[in-house]
Parts: sequence; structure tokens; C-alpha cells
Amino acid sequence: MDLLSPIKDHHSERRLFVGRVIISAIVSVLLLGGVVARLVQLQIVDHELFAEKSQGNRVRIEAVPPIRGLIFDRKGRVIAENEPAYQLELIPEQVDDIDGTLRRLAALDLIDANEIDTYKELSRSGPRFKPVTLKFRLTEEEIANFAIQRPRFPGVDFKPRLVRHYPDGEAVAHAIGYVGALSTSDLQRLDAARYAGTSHTGKTGVENSFESVLHGDAGYRHLITNARGRQVPIRSSELLDTLPVDLSPGPGSNVYLSLDLDLQRLATRALEGRRGAVVALDPWTGEILALVSAPTFDPNLFAVGMTTAQYAELQGNPDRPLFNRAVRGAYPPGSTIKPMLALAALETGATNLTRKSLCIGYFMLPGTTHRYRDWKPEGHGAVDLHDAIEQSCDVYFYEISGDVGIDNIHDYLGRFGLGNLTGIDMSGESKGLVPSRAWKRASFGNRDDQRWYHGETVIASIGQGYMLATPLQLAAAASAMATRGVRYRPHLVAAVEDALTGERSMIRPERQPDVEISNEFYWDEVIAAMHDVMQGPRGTARAVGRGAPYEMAGKSGTAQVVSIAQDEEYNEEELEERLRDHALFLSFAPLDDPRIAVAVIVENGSSGSGVAAPIAKSIMDEYLGYGDNAAQ
Amino acid sequence: MRLSDTQRLLMPKAAPLSHFSLLMRRLHVDGPLLGGLLLICGFGLFVLYSAVGESSRLLMNQVVRLSVAFVGMIVVAQLSPDFLRRWTPWGYLAGLILLVLVLTKGDVGQGARRWLDLGIRFQPSEAMKLGVPMMAAWYLHDRHMPPRLGQLLVIAVMIVVPTILIARQPDLGTALLIAASGIIVVVLAGMSFRLIAVMGLLAVPGALGLWSLMQDYQKQRVLTLLNPDSDPLGAGYNIIQSKIAIGSGGGSGGLFGKGWTNGSQAHLEFLPERDTDFIFAVLGEEFGLLGVLLLLALYMFVIGRGLFIAVQAHDTYSRLLAGSISLTFLVYVFVNTAMVTGLVPVVGVPLPLVSFGGTSMVTLMAGFGILMSIHSHRKLLPH
Repeated sequence: MDLLSPIKDHHSERRLFVGRVIISAIVSVLLLGGVVARLVQLQIVDHELFAEKSQGNRVRIEAVPPIRGLIFDRKGRVIAENEPAYQLELIPEQVDDIDGTLRRLAALDLIDANEIDTYKELSRSGPRFKPVTLKFRLTEEEIANFAIQRPRFPGVDFKPRLVRHYPDGEAVAHAIGYVGALSTSDLQRLDAARYAGTSHTGKTGVENSFESVLHGDAGYRHLITNARGRQVPIRSSELLDTLPVDLSPGPGSNVYLSLDLDLQRLATRALEGRRGAVVALDPWTGEILALVSAPTFDPNLFAVGMTTAQYAELQGNPDRPLFNRAVRGAYPPGSTIKPMLALAALETGATNLTRKSLCIGYFMLPGTTHRYRDWKPEGHGAVDLHDAIEQSCDVYFYEISGDVGIDNIHDYLGRFGLGNLTGIDMSGESKGLVPSRAWKRASFGNRDDQRWYHGETVIASIGQGYMLATPLQLAAAASAMATRGVRYRPHLVAAVEDALTGERSMIRPERQPDVEISNEFYWDEVIAAMHDVMQGPRGTARAVGRGAPYEMAGKSGTAQVVSIAQDEEYNEEELEERLRDHALFLSFAPLDDPRIAVAVIVENGSSGSGVAAPIAKSIMDEYLGYGDNAAQ
Repeated sequence: MRLSDTQRLLMPKAAPLSHFSLLMRRLHVDGPLLGGLLLICGFGLFVLYSAVGESSRLLMNQVVRLSVAFVGMIVVAQLSPDFLRRWTPWGYLAGLILLVLVLTKGDVGQGARRWLDLGIRFQPSEAMKLGVPMMAAWYLHDRHMPPRLGQLLVIAVMIVVPTILIARQPDLGTALLIAASGIIVVVLAGMSFRLIAVMGLLAVPGALGLWSLMQDYQKQRVLTLLNPDSDPLGAGYNIIQSKIAIGSGGGSGGLFGKGWTNGSQAHLEFLPERDTDFIFAVLGEEFGLLGVLLLLALYMFVIGRGLFIAVQAHDTYSRLLAGSISLTFLVYVFVNTAMVTGLVPVVGVPLPLVSFGGTSMVTLMAGFGILMSIHSHRKLLPH
């Protein structure tokens, strides 16, 4: 090869090479030209598309929950507030050994050992940078305890947040209810946009019924996040400028209740250790001055979050502390209905003011041998309507009951609100029951059971049998008695205040149909008899009303829990505590210008006048400004 | 002689700046090439500072590497082309041995065996980026151009053996680039276009054969290129995010991009590998179309200067080597920018002189040192 062409032709080789370099250069320009064309396409033609994608990449909208409205009592004292509290949080990505960390926290009593698995699951399920709340509210002691140990727990720290706090929790629990952690069913019911970022919602009471007012509107802010969704501190103003405008949350409105915190505390103390309820109303407005159910509970437990064991204990308590007796408890009203029944009897002509009965301690329907007993075995002797109310003579009412008739009883008690919802601004109230022939026909399947018997009218006349009423209904009935038939819808919320402007809108009293009695004199008579119940010579509750600095009216009731067999001696001592009679009392004061009406029920309290009446009296004393007397 | 004496006397007066140019000539440094490279590296450092999250520590790392590489370039420039040519076959052979050693004893990193620790850790495949074109040029040096088929077959073997060894590591990107640098030599040597066309046709079954040899992740990259949206969170993520970065950097905000260190794609970590293979996207996002055009223009200048040196070279070895080094540099630039803009599959080629990292930079600068050596060691032959 080399022999054939020993000399390289440098010239032609160079020409060939230069040609190839020129071609290569052209190809190079074409290749880079392709890249430039692509850049033009990306940066100019499709710029808008990519700019939008870039924005969508980095901007995340985060909800900012509103601050929940405060709740005040009628004197402006705080009932529900938002308190900064420290909660214990764990950030999964910063914890190497989540299991061990939780165990050590449990060993320090900072978390419940039984909940470790729950927290482990929570740590696994969410994004790794998102904190998991281990405990909603740390006590001072726990904060101090943890602060010392903190170096041992990387990734665990306490963070401030707002927690609903009820300073007088137990005294107001049943009236204002509580907030609790949002449940799945809450989330289905509520507007997701308003509740974005919110963790709690009103579950019962005013917190629940005024949820839409208290909650406010969620705002949002735009966050710059990195590829992992973590918020990054913003340094560059140019990045900031591209952010859309944020929306501040609209705080919830404040709610002013008609409740008087002093009465709440007083009633709660009075019912301590008992089961029962107290409801007090302003008869001329329907404002609820006190609404207490006992036993009570601490609503802060729900706001803070409690352990499964704590909740089980509340739920399993045989005294049912979570049950709102004041509006849901339906009790036989007993003799407390007698004043109303008296009006019905007068109005229907079943009796008159001069008619007398001879009470011998029991009553028998003509042609039968069944004895309907009076509470006083020896009898009251000759009594007229006034005496029958003052001394709570059962026989008098047994006798006239047939002439009034069950349907008139149903009608007149219904006018006072019994057997109907009161319409209180709180959910879950019970309707109670005032029987009638129509009711019985509709309620029983068996033909014999559908019939109304005379005997049933007899026991209905003293508020026993089928009849049931809630403490709230009885308080409303007492109010109607105090106002001589003028009725207002009972309500807890007096005003709503815009948290930003301070502008208050008052909730106007809502009048309900009057109890119309044709002869005003009947009111005078019945109210006079009720006055004598408390302050007359032979009133059942004269021991309570005696010596009071103001005039008052009332009516006791002692309702049987079980019927006592014929001829069996009633022996209170031997009865199981829970089988004792319920003690009831209705009252209002002052007599001439009623400003407060009270209903008190003490379950198994045995005696309306002996147990319930003093509580009602102390409430009235306090409200009317004679609190010192009550303290004695 | 007289004339040159006169010249000597006149020169300092005629060229007052010659102290500097004299030093440059003494050091065998090519001024225009050095200037172009410095501009690229300087601009690259700006982009890199932003891409590494404004870490001056990492930036200093890169400055140190660049300094070492520039020193290396100047050292290489002192070696004459004749010297390089004489040692070429030995260097090539040593490279092959090292490649075999890597496959048997190399360190494993990221699922591939690329590093060899012989006192200092390095990648023998980097050395072969220069070794293969040098070997091809050495073989053709004494032969007539254009090369014949038999000679081409010999060169094919010289190319294929290291390519396969590197592909086995596996490092498909480098293997293909090395093959390209060898092929460029024979194309520049005058291999007939008919043969090139035939090779092109043969490439189709070749590509199919290659497909069957590919690792799953490599196949995935090719498939994802065709439709990056098919796997937006997996293999397509890089391309989607780099296109968003580049695309959002242009347009209505002017041709200047989002501004230095203001690229949200890069700074909020949406863009993966932003300081290495995908740094071109950071440039596009923050400096806009003008920024990328400026960098591409600088590259073109360096490539053009390299081709000029190749054309000026006096022997076949120098010519072919200079041309191959320049055009291989172009291939790096093209493959990286085309990959980042979604024109070709993601093969893991850094943007030369700008991407963070040392090994490939040393090789590149050694190549430019060879270019300088070729240009400055020319014997002034009579025309």
C-alpha cells in the first residue's frame, strides 16, 4: 500500500478535510439551531402554559380557620373563650424511632399508653412533614416536665394553639354544650369551605345550635411550597409579588346569653350529689336565666380531647352526666299541674270556687273498689279549690277529674305548653306527653288498650300515669301562670355581637299564643292559692316561703316512680333510692310583678316541698337580690 | 537572518502589548480559545451559584475544580502533538486495561461500576473520551485519506472494544459519546458518504439490537421521552419539570427570565439534578432566552475556534484529533441541551464546563489543551 503511494498528497487531503469540517460545521449549526428552535417554542410560544404550571407547582392555598365567637352570660361574664394552650406534636420525618419515642413519652405520662397504636397509625398515614397532635392541652406541669426532657425527643415539641375553654365548665355544661373534634359525619354535614382548617365544632347546647354564628368564615393564605409540599420561607420579593391575594378569616360572632352565671353556679351547687334539673325563666321575655342538669360534666374535656377511657367512663356512668335532664328528661309532673288543672276545671265548669270535697284519704270511682290514695293517708277533710291547691289535696282533683275529662285536661295543659316542644334555641328537647283519647287510640295496637278508662283520667288529674313533662316545659308553664297566660318562647341567646364592629343585634322575645281564661278572677284565685302554698298557713311549702322578704307563688309535686300495690305500706326506708318519688317544684316571684319563674326536679328526691322547693327559693332569692338569705 | 534580526529589533516597538502575547505563546496558550472557555466557565459559575442554592462552599468547590482543570489544560498544551502521537497506542492500551480492571474491581456507585481507586479515584472511561479519537487519528496518521474499508474496520474495532466495556459498567451515555468521538474521526478523515448512508441504514437493526441489550431503566428513559406525561411522577418528572422551568422563564416576563436566583422551579426543588445534568434548565428559567442564546453562542465560538485550529493543523493526526475534540464537544452540548429541552432521551450527560462535577471537566480541558498544543506547535512550513 505504502509502496504504491509513498508520498501523501497533503494538498488534496487537506482539501478533503476542510470540506468535511465545513459540512460538520453546517451540521453543528443545524443541531444547535434545532435546540434554539425548541427553546423558542418553550419560552415564547408555550410560555403561558408553562408559567401557569410553574405557578401551580409552588403555590399552595392554606386555610386559615376563623376565631370562634365568645359566649357571655347576661352580665357580660365569659362563659366560653378561646385560650392559648400548648399541644404536644410529633413531626414524623424528624423522628427516627417513632415507636420508641411514643413509648418513652408514655413512660413520662405525657401520652396515654393505650393510644400508642393510634398515634403510630396517624404518623404513618399523613405527609411525613405534617405534625401529629399527641396531646391537645398540656398542663403547666407537663410543659415543665417535657421541657427538661426535650433533648431526648427530637421531632417532638409543644406548639401553641387556641383551645375552647369554659371557665365555669361544669356549671354551664348542659346549657351551652361543648365543642368537640370534627367527626366524619360533621364533615359531611358542614360546608367544607367554611370549615377548612378547623378542628372542632359545636356538638351540643348553644355551641351546637349557634354553630353557624359562632364559627365565622375561614380565610386562606397562599404559601410558597417546595416540591415536597413543605412551606418555605419567602426571601425573594419577586416570588412574593406573583402570589394571589390572601383572604383574612371572618371571626365568629360573640353570643350573649340570657343565662345568669350566678344562678348557674348556685343551682349546680344545690344539685350537687343529686340527679335533677333546674330551669329558671324571665316570664315576660322567655329568657332562660338558669338551665342546669345534674350530674354535670366538664365540657373542657371534649374541647381538649379525652382518652377513650375517660369517655367510656362518662358514657358508662349510671347517673348519665351527659344526659341533659333540663330539656330532655321527661318526668311525671305530679301535683305541679294542679293549678293548671284548676283553671281548666273552672273554665269548663267542672268545679267552682265554692265547691267542696270531703277528703278522707282516698277516692273510689262509683261502682268500683279501687282506692286512689291521697298523699295524706288521713285525708284533708273538707277542702275547696283553694285548699286543694294550697295543701295539694289529691282527692279534690280525683273527684272533679271525671267532669273535666281527659280531653279538656289535654287541651288546657297543652295551652300551657305541656306535651309540645317549647321551641328553645337548642336542639334535642323532648316533647313530653299529655295523654288524650286520640293519643291513646293512635298509640296502642290492642283494641282494649286503645280504650280510655276513667281511672286513667283520675290519675292524670294529679300528673301521673302517662303524663310526662320536661323541667323546661314546667318552667314555661310556671311562667305562663305568672304572666296570667302570656307566653314567650324560652330562649338562651339574648344578643349576637359582630366581633369586628361590636355591633349587637338583640334577639327579640317571641310571643306564643296566650293561655286564654275567660274570667280574670280565676287567675287571681289560683295564683292566690299558689301564693298560700308557700306563704299561707297550711301551704305544703310554707316552711320554705315563711319569712321571705318578698311574696312568691309555687306548687310542689311528688311524683311516683313506681306504682305501689294496693294495701302495701309505703316504706321509704326500704325502697331502693332510685325507686323513691321524684321531687318537683314550680314557683315564681315576686307575686305582683313576676320577674322569675323556676322549675326544679330532683330525681328520687322524695318530697317536692321538702327537697325541690328550697332550691327554687334559693334561685329566686339570688335573682331578686336576696342572695344573702339563700346563703344561710 | 538579517531580516529576522531586524524583526527582532523591531518587534517590541511594533507590538507594545507583546509581553502578554509572548507569555501566551511561550505557554502554548491559544488566546481566543482561552477567552471563550473563561467566559463559558464564568457564566457557568453564576448559574451554578444559583443552582446549588447559593452555597458559596459548593461554588468554591467548583472554582477549585475549574482551576485544576485549567492548569491541566495548560500542562497538556506543553506536550507537542508528536509526543502525544508517539504515546497514543500505549495510552490507549493502558486505558483498555483500566476499563477491564473497572469491570472486575471497580467501586460501585448508584448501581454502576465506574470508579477505579488506584491511589486516586478516577473513571477510566473519562480517559477513553480522548483515548479513542487519539487512537483512530494515530492509526490514520500515516495513511492515505480517505481511508479504505479495511482500515475502517480496524478503526471500528478500536472504537467498539472500549465502547462495549463502558456500556457494560453500565454507562450507556459515555459509551455512546466515546463511539461518537471515534466515528467523527473517520467522517472527518473522508469516509465516503455512501458508506455513511449504509451505516445509517444498518443503525436501524443496530438500534433494535441495542434495545434488547438495554437495562430496564434505559428503556424507560427512551419510552418516557416519547411521552413524558405517561409517568409524570416517575421517569417523566425530570423532563416535565425542566420544560416547566425553561418555559416559565421566557415570554411575557421579557427575554431575561425570572432573574438570577429567582427561579422558583430550581429554588423550590421542583427541578431535579438542577446543579448537574439539568443546570441548563436553571439557566433558561433565570436568564431567559437571551441567557441560553448567549451560552450557546459562546459554545459555538469555542467549537468554531476548535475547527479553525483543526483546519490550520499541519498533519493528519493533529487535524483529525482537533476536529474530533471540537465536534465531540458540540455533541456534549447538543445532547445535554436537547435532553433538557426534551428533544432526546435523558442519557445523563452534563452540560460541559457548567454542570457541577470534576471528572468530565478535567477530560474536557485536557482536550482543549491538546487543541492549544496543536495550534501552538505548528512548524512554520513554507507554503
